[in-house]
Amino acid sequence: MKIARVEGTVVSTIQHEFFDRQRLLVCDVIDPGGEPTGEYAIAVDVVGAGVGETVLLLDEGSSARQLFDVDTGPIRAVVVGIVDEVSSEGGELQID
Amino acid sequence: MQLGRVTGTVVATTQVEGLRGVRFLVVQPLDKRLAAVGETLVAADAVYMAGPGELVYFVASREAAEALEPRFVPVDHAIVGIVDEIELRADA
Repeated sequence: MKIARVEGTVVSTIQHEFFDRQRLLVCDVIDPGGEPTGEYAIAVDVVGAGVGETVLLLDEGSSARQLFDVDTGPIRAVVVGIVDEVSSEGGELQID
Repeated sequence: MQLGRVTGTVVATTQVEGLRGVRFLVVQPLDKRLAAVGETLVAADAVYMAGPGELVYFVASREAAEALEPRFVPVDHAIVGIVDEIELRADA
């Protein structure tokens, strides 16, 4: 999983049926110190994360399909947690 | 998933069996501010409604093969949605 910050939301009416009524978030991947790495993902939100929040981003298809309890589906990036605090060698990331 | 802009269409008369009926579109990958990043690619249209000029989001690798019916046709990128609106936070 990756640490990411929610930067925004995507509204989409015409989409693959798998994403029906799922909330889509624009997430910037960040390092443990809170700096953006330059990578981003459009991810499905299953925890009710809001814009500006630091989150755990799952970026692996097989785990994502397990999470949605499906054998098939074009799903990979999922916001699976809201981060309270990160502490690592690179420093501490305090979430307001 | 990544954002992309459809910039064209691809027609291939000779193709492997699994690709029959699949529409192919040229896509320029974008960052979250809709600036072009990286090389253009050819993606299958899994929503069957995307066209040139449209802002879309797409999946890659195995997820792309999962997007089409029947599953596991030989594609490496697939468009799975058309964007109506992106709302970014003010300082994003």
